[in-house]
Amino acid sequence: MDLEYGPEYDEFRSEVINFIKENEDVKVSGPMRDESRINWQQKLIDHGYFARSVPKEYGGYGGDMDIIKLRIIAEEFAKSPIPKAMGGQGIQMLVPTLLSLGTEEQKQQYIRPTLRGEMIWCQGYSEPNSGSDLASLQTKGELDGDEWVINGQKIWTSTAQLAQMCFILVRTEPDAPKHQGISYLLMPMDSEGIDRRPIKQMTGDSDFNELFLTDVRIPAENIVGKRGEGWQVANATLGHERGSLADPNVTQNRLNSLIDLMKTETIDGQRVIDKPIFRDRLLAIQGRLMAQQSNALRILSSQINEGQDATLAKFIVKLQGTELRHELEGLAIDAMGELGTLYEDSPHLRDHGAWQQTYMYYLGLIIGGGTNQIQKNIISERALGMPKEPKVQGA
Amino acid sequence: MYFGLSEEQKSLEENISKFLSDNAPLDTIKAVANGEEEKAEEIHKGIIELGLSGIMVPESYGGLELNMLFATVVSSALGSGTAPVPYIGAYVMAPLAISLAGDEDQKNEWLPKIAGGEKVIGVGLSEFVGAREDAGIEFDKGKVTGRSLFLIDGKNADAYLLANKSGELFLIDASSKGIKVTELVTVDKTRTSVELTLDKVDATLLPGTSDLSVIEKVLDAGRLMLSADTVGASQVMLDKAVAYSLERKQFGRLIGSFQAVKHMCAEMAAELEPCHSMIWHAAHSQDSSAEDARLMACQTKAHVSEVGKQVSKTATEVHGGMGFTDELGLHYWFKRIGLNRQLLGSPELIREEAGKLQGFDQ
Repeated sequence: MDLEYGPEYDEFRSEVINFIKENEDVKVSGPMRDESRINWQQKLIDHGYFARSVPKEYGGYGGDMDIIKLRIIAEEFAKSPIPKAMGGQGIQMLVPTLLSLGTEEQKQQYIRPTLRGEMIWCQGYSEPNSGSDLASLQTKGELDGDEWVINGQKIWTSTAQLAQMCFILVRTEPDAPKHQGISYLLMPMDSEGIDRRPIKQMTGDSDFNELFLTDVRIPAENIVGKRGEGWQVANATLGHERGSLADPNVTQNRLNSLIDLMKTETIDGQRVIDKPIFRDRLLAIQGRLMAQQSNALRILSSQINEGQDATLAKFIVKLQGTELRHELEGLAIDAMGELGTLYEDSPHLRDHGAWQQTYMYYLGLIIGGGTNQIQKNIISERALGMPKEPKVQGA
Repeated sequence: MYFGLSEEQKSLEENISKFLSDNAPLDTIKAVANGEEEKAEEIHKGIIELGLSGIMVPESYGGLELNMLFATVVSSALGSGTAPVPYIGAYVMAPLAISLAGDEDQKNEWLPKIAGGEKVIGVGLSEFVGAREDAGIEFDKGKVTGRSLFLIDGKNADAYLLANKSGELFLIDASSKGIKVTELVTVDKTRTSVELTLDKVDATLLPGTSDLSVIEKVLDAGRLMLSADTVGASQVMLDKAVAYSLERKQFGRLIGSFQAVKHMCAEMAAELEPCHSMIWHAAHSQDSSAEDARLMACQTKAHVSEVGKQVSKTATEVHGGMGFTDELGLHYWFKRIGLNRQLLGSPELIREEAGKLQGFDQ
């Protein structure tokens, strides 16, 4: 057991701290693709604080894949109010996919603008009848000369109203078994035949859309991997998405805010934190979080020490992290009582309504990215070796 | 950076597991639970031969001078095997207290004999943690009077290490006059518990216990060991549940292919897997005297106890009616986890302490 990163990393950490200090007044504002955001993103790339291991020729920093340095960058940026690097599905899912499976032309064309935040992507995976059973998707892709013709419907498409591009799964081999008939295509969002309709969520926001696709034509070369291999291509990226949800270090920041809240809010003049049942609930959540932080250290260790196995430790992160976060946000609402139900711009609102907003948002994350019931299937089948449900005939 | 067990720690764990599966199979555990104490004594001798009595004793007193992470590995392995042996009080808390706070005479008298497996010391801290039944002891002019409950490893002990309400620790020779020992029968028959009634019994103070730092360290160590025992026992219960679900058929299929059963197992695994990391982390914090060592000890004991409760219930349910039988014997693990939960502070009591450690009451 050795939790020290070593002296060579102390120097790196002070470099990061200095950069953050020099840039603590930086403000980015405006919508996605605003110049201030793109300039800041480029500055982070130039210093190796973002896209660190992406090769220079594709617009990345071109550094070594050093997990500890990535950890240090994440730790120090989390401590500061400095703007963070932009994320999104293009950056988190498409770029790693293209890096490992894209053609040279695709890498050249798409990675740089995506990293810089100039090109926004949406993900065309789920369909109204294909949610947890994603591989049953029915949107058709037919090759007509040198073009794919796409027809069908997608749902839960994040940021589709802003996106220039969509990475989409379509059925191109209707006669093949369901996992072998899918292809992974890159679809420009300004193509003719795309109708976008926003879905209003329980939070009041509209982060998602429905896409209706009618005879959408895109070039034949806009395919990643081979025809019929789209399921494998997509699975390479789903791993990236699950790993990025519910980081316990972010939850630690929320716990600190919750402790402050419970020290400030009062009931009949008594601080909420002095009420034993509330305090016990707070401490129970802290205990669960500490267990998840230890689990995260084990995962980190397995990434830098060859041969250390952390398979099960990784499989449980999304399930445990999203449930805990939902619980934590819910305790804040209970601590505020009636005040906790205030929303939008009501008088007496606390923290701009962030606790309610996040409480509901995390219910969305419990469902999204593979529902937590699907996560339990994955844990039981892949980590515990339990059998799959028998197939229903015709499904 | 490496977060995990060393090769040496892993091989110690394997050695203990192998010893217990060879020498303390379920039939033997049942025999011990039904009163065949000599079988427990054989197992006790075996773990002394493995060196477990000396792990916390400094080398200069004939011990192995290993750290809390090693001690944690041992405790987890003993919990896995529901080993009916003294360990947490006799071989972790007592030698730690004497090493930290004993005078030279006390160290010379007790430490080499603990390491050599000649002497067992029962440990009673429950009055310091939270006295029940008006228990409590008073120390006056070298004599102790009062009552102490739930001594860990206290049955047939050669001496007792007791705390008073203000956290001072005393050593009492079991052969001294004025001691009445009453066995307390708990649900867990794999370990023993006693009550002492003391009437002006000769006692020596551990001189280093005038402030709370020593009893806090001893308590943290004890809580960590109980947590590790629960993690080891819970892992076995989960493994047994999964294995049973892959043998038992109903409605023409393995019950492990039903989502209801799979999700029960996945939930157990999701809760339990981080607990392994948590006990290692808490041990490392104690070994490196980290600032958060006390908080981690409290939160680990509280959290692991909650997870243990859930796993022991759910794993029993997966076994259906068989889980409820003595024949299958799953209840030995269930009860062991149940006792660990209450010893040295139940989760609510310990979380209250964790809140104070962070100044929540100010």
